[in-house]
Amino acid sequence: MRKCSLDKINLLFAEIAKNAVLYLPVDENDGSAVYKKWEDGTAYSNALNTVRSPKDFFFPQTENLMGFKTLGKTIEVIDTRVEPDDFVIFGVRACDVRSFDILDRVFLSEPVDSFYASRRNHGIIISMACTRPSETCFCKTFGIDPAEPQGDISAWKTETEVFFKSNTAKGENLLTALDGILEDCDNNEVDAQKAKINAVMNRLPLKNLTTDGFGGGKTAEIFDSPKWEELSESCLGCGTCTFVCPTCQCYDIKDFNTGTGVIRFRCWDSCMYSDFTKMAHGNNRNTQKERFRQRFMHKLVYYPENNEEIFSCVGCGRCLSKCPISMNIVKVMKEIGGNKGE
Amino acid sequence: MQKITGDILIEKASALLSSGTVSCVLGWKKGEFGYDVTPAVFSSVEELERDFVYNDFCGANFSKYLVSKTRKLEGKILVFLKPCDTYSFNQLLSEHRFDREKVYAIGIPCEGMVDISKVKATVGEGISSIDTDGDNLLVSTLYDEEPVAVDFKSVLAERCINCKSKKHVAYDELLGEEGDVIENSRFDEVARIEALTPDERFAFWQNELSRCIRCNACRDACPACTCEKCVFDNPASGVENKSPANSFEEKLFHIIRAYHVAGRCTDCGECSRVCPQNIPLHLLNRKFIKDMNEFYGEYQAGEEVGMRAPLVSYTTEDLEPGEALTRRDTDA
Repeated sequence: MRKCSLDKINLLFAEIAKNAVLYLPVDENDGSAVYKKWEDGTAYSNALNTVRSPKDFFFPQTENLMGFKTLGKTIEVIDTRVEPDDFVIFGVRACDVRSFDILDRVFLSEPVDSFYASRRNHGIIISMACTRPSETCFCKTFGIDPAEPQGDISAWKTETEVFFKSNTAKGENLLTALDGILEDCDNNEVDAQKAKINAVMNRLPLKNLTTDGFGGGKTAEIFDSPKWEELSESCLGCGTCTFVCPTCQCYDIKDFNTGTGVIRFRCWDSCMYSDFTKMAHGNNRNTQKERFRQRFMHKLVYYPENNEEIFSCVGCGRCLSKCPISMNIVKVMKEIGGNKGE
Repeated sequence: MQKITGDILIEKASALLSSGTVSCVLGWKKGEFGYDVTPAVFSSVEELERDFVYNDFCGANFSKYLVSKTRKLEGKILVFLKPCDTYSFNQLLSEHRFDREKVYAIGIPCEGMVDISKVKATVGEGISSIDTDGDNLLVSTLYDEEPVAVDFKSVLAERCINCKSKKHVAYDELLGEEGDVIENSRFDEVARIEALTPDERFAFWQNELSRCIRCNACRDACPACTCEKCVFDNPASGVENKSPANSFEEKLFHIIRAYHVAGRCTDCGECSRVCPQNIPLHLLNRKFIKDMNEFYGEYQAGEEVGMRAPLVSYTTEDLEPGEALTRRDTDA
């Protein structure tokens, strides 16, 4: 365990930023937080979490895959790929760190998505334990411990100090490079911090929410539940839940006519949208009920079925606070799974 | 806080359901934490008694739901409308978007709705319940031993601070007392932006719109956006996109939308309420409303059914083309 006093945090950021681009949550004027590039004078936010998740660093909303240009009768294919610089993301919460594992299983399994893989290789994650979880938090439901955030380096913040522990070789190398600022210490204060966090976790309103009724093999049981109709009846069909979600990973590939050529780009898709997975024969999900159901079946049944019973929700609560009609995965789990979470 | 309680609405709705006057009820369903209410259709007295709620967080405008909810409906649907919702209701009727005969509308008074993000900015994360006490909200959190008192007026949504009317312009039945159209300051912020230099104004919108994630929540919640198939959802349109292809395009989406709803937007404010990125989208619409008021005379969309909107009715007093620019330059 190593630590530095909060007074020195900017020195630490400056040191990290010497060799890599450093991103961290920063307060916006409207009270929300957003990941921004650190520059001298950038203040680290105390917000519980950012509105947009850090999945953007590895799987951005839009990215160019390739370009085309016609020259007479030939088509030139342009490689638009840009190799990312090394970067460090500071202050990632335990839930969001888990989301990277979930995305890895999709993008790093064969055939490997080289755009994603390249960003993963260039990134170092410094997580941060949660000191003030929200009522919308339910990471424990998915076996995530906000007192033990993972990542290359785990960090804990008290009123006066920040503590660090490395979990990977990449993380250890970075901590070693920060030797001049960090000092070795025992675990006492971090242990006390963990005890505090655990006490709060036991008071969270969603503490008893379980995944009962969901998981691989449950398709036949719940796919035709009459409750989907009721749950989805006021869904607007917007993409908010999917776009603030740290684990939603569906994308579309489109061509954009620039007037002088074509840019082929990839962008996030949303199962909430009417043309989601539209194919030559038409659309296989014609109603909002079917599209709504897809989102939750994917996270709570199909993904675990294909990924050793790991659910693809991390309980970050973004969809709970951002859905315009306050419909969300917790309400779905309680209704369809039958557990009242009380 | 609301002067009318959920119990009164449940009683009313139950009576109308039981008598067969309506076959279902469009209302708010309680959630997990008090503030996360969901629009829902109730079909029985049991459902109403179990889940129906009316509190300071019932901001959703139900008018647009009537388009889809009346389509295959047997009988009538009961809908509760706050004053601002009734303007959207009329506007949709003017556009023949639903069958008035299938709706039983009850006007309910509204004291303004609370923006939960303002409450959180005051008390922090970790709200476990919210009660009311006089002019205060009593917010219980996971971190405070006693509930924290928050002044109701300090956490009102922007659109409610600048409320334009407590008067219902449409209903079959009214609960509580009728209010009035109110003097308001809703164009002040527009005037402030108008007074900026073009570069400053561009920078303002560049900054705001750069945060857009193209979730389309503004469009999907907007009662003026009722196209069966939006051009932006149509892969055959050539402009369909799920996210902006470039930073210029993301601005165009909002500007095109503002043009499309010009003269039809009632300024209900749903676009800004639902925006996950807190972009003040209502300001674009208010700019159009302000201009139309100045160029063609005061006009409030949805005030009556069947009104001729300024952009679709010609009068000899209309502004000459180009005059707007002259006026702007003179003002400047």
